[in-house]
Amino acid sequence: MKILVPVKRVVDSNVKVRPKADESGVDLANVKMAMNPFDEIAVEEAVRLKEKGVATEVVVVSCGSAASQETLRTALSVGADRAILVDCGDADLQPLAVAKILKAVCASEQPQLVIAGKQSIDDDANQVGQMLSALQGWALAAFASKVEIAGNSAKVTREIDGGLEVLEVPLPAVITADLRLNEPRYPKLPDVMKAKKKPLDTKTPADLGADITPRLKTLKVAEPPKRQGGGKVADVADLVNKLKNEAKVI
Amino acid sequence: MAILVIAEHDQASLKAVTRNALAAAAKAGGDIHLLVAGNNAAGAVSQGAACAGVAKVLRADAPYYAAPSAENLAALVVSLAGNYSHIFAPASSFGKNFMPRVAALLDVAQISEIIGVESADTFVRPVYAGNALATVQSADKVKVITVRSTAFAAVGDGGSAPVENVAAVPDVGLSKQVALELTKSERPELGAAKVVVAGGRGLGSTENFKKLLEPLADKLGAALGATRAAVDAGYVSNDCQVGQTGKIVAPQLYIAVGISGAIQHLAGMKDSKVIVAINKNEDEPIFQVADYGLVADLNEAVPELIAKL
Repeated sequence: MKILVPVKRVVDSNVKVRPKADESGVDLANVKMAMNPFDEIAVEEAVRLKEKGVATEVVVVSCGSAASQETLRTALSVGADRAILVDCGDADLQPLAVAKILKAVCASEQPQLVIAGKQSIDDDANQVGQMLSALQGWALAAFASKVEIAGNSAKVTREIDGGLEVLEVPLPAVITADLRLNEPRYPKLPDVMKAKKKPLDTKTPADLGADITPRLKTLKVAEPPKRQGGGKVADVADLVNKLKNEAKVI
Repeated sequence: MAILVIAEHDQASLKAVTRNALAAAAKAGGDIHLLVAGNNAAGAVSQGAACAGVAKVLRADAPYYAAPSAENLAALVVSLAGNYSHIFAPASSFGKNFMPRVAALLDVAQISEIIGVESADTFVRPVYAGNALATVQSADKVKVITVRSTAFAAVGDGGSAPVENVAAVPDVGLSKQVALELTKSERPELGAAKVVVAGGRGLGSTENFKKLLEPLADKLGAALGATRAAVDAGYVSNDCQVGQTGKIVAPQLYIAVGISGAIQHLAGMKDSKVIVAINKNEDEPIFQVADYGLVADLNEAVPELIAKL
């Protein structure tokens, strides 16, 4: 079974991002970048399925600028076999466009399973996996915390409001990874070296015939209202008094 | 043109988030139709018909809408979409699951987790864990939108909309629910609670979570929340997670106990009206957003707080 895992290069999760003064976007100059944390989990799950003998090949794909090669190399260093960069330059790539690119990649790669991160931590859209499943006419199991493959189907436990749901999905399917699916490994130095030699193909959206025209126009990106925090209370009695008499919330 | 809102419900009643989605839809302008896809969902249908501002309830009934798959629900919504300028659903795990499928099948963008409606085609949504607010404009023929419930005050009752049956779309037959394990709790629902008591890694153990936080929550009639670290450590179940990728809450009172205040956690609670932080390390970022910070050992402060309330 071949597994396709889309990965995205995003701002590192520890960076506090700020909008630019002219509100045209966020300031990404000299900011540390990393693989989207949910995509790390997706890659790890695919690699584990390969280690268990369930999958035969793990292909990672990234849509973005040429710098996304770094992200693909990271995925290769933790066990992915092969990478595809869909070089979109600095295009404003929106989820529908990414889903269309991935549909085209699915057409040539013919994976039996796509494991995607549930959400990227930059635009927080939470759409691509679901959209791809629709474009493919495949089953969807979003927000997975456990995946078991048995023959031509997968049993997926998903995190939902209020608890857990278990789905049985026929393959091929799209699964999106939630936080507790696994704990991704760190790449080892020798594997980082080996990853440099693994195959990485580059394509463009035009090669794939994918329409990546943005549908949403961003009018501005602004600072959220500032919260006035930093108040302190002396002790528990003071806290109770202020909650009762000042804030009047209890 | 009219606006379609997709109800989240459990057959017997509407989930509160449906009312927030209705409130957001009302700001876009147009007659609002509420789709209740279910199986013998008479309770949810009548509650939907009674919601203020609903012009019509569409009832789709089929056994496979009892716990609809994303595939089946998206197919149903797409079958109705031609009549609508906008389709709204709550940005809950329910809405997030099927709405992007609707958008993809209609070949339009989805606008995720909006917190503001500027006009019929322009919406505000948080990006980068809420560290920036993007105002986006859509030229698509149908606007497919999920709504962050905390940003829109729920609509109340006061309507008496007619109910119209709409045809179910044949079962797509892809994913199937084989089990459902809902956390049983007497406490209020996290997303709708007036008071939330939340714990982080500072609690140190499942026992402490039970011994310290649960009695505090019970005393205040509060919902229990947690950080990702606390959930990962197994102190509480996953559905308690508050943050960028968990639940977004904005209660009247949020009490953060043993929580450091990572960006991702703040993203889920910083719109709370009053924030209390109890932590022994006064340098933790949680204190920067807290109205009332108490620098103290939680093992002593929490029992004292319970006693004094």
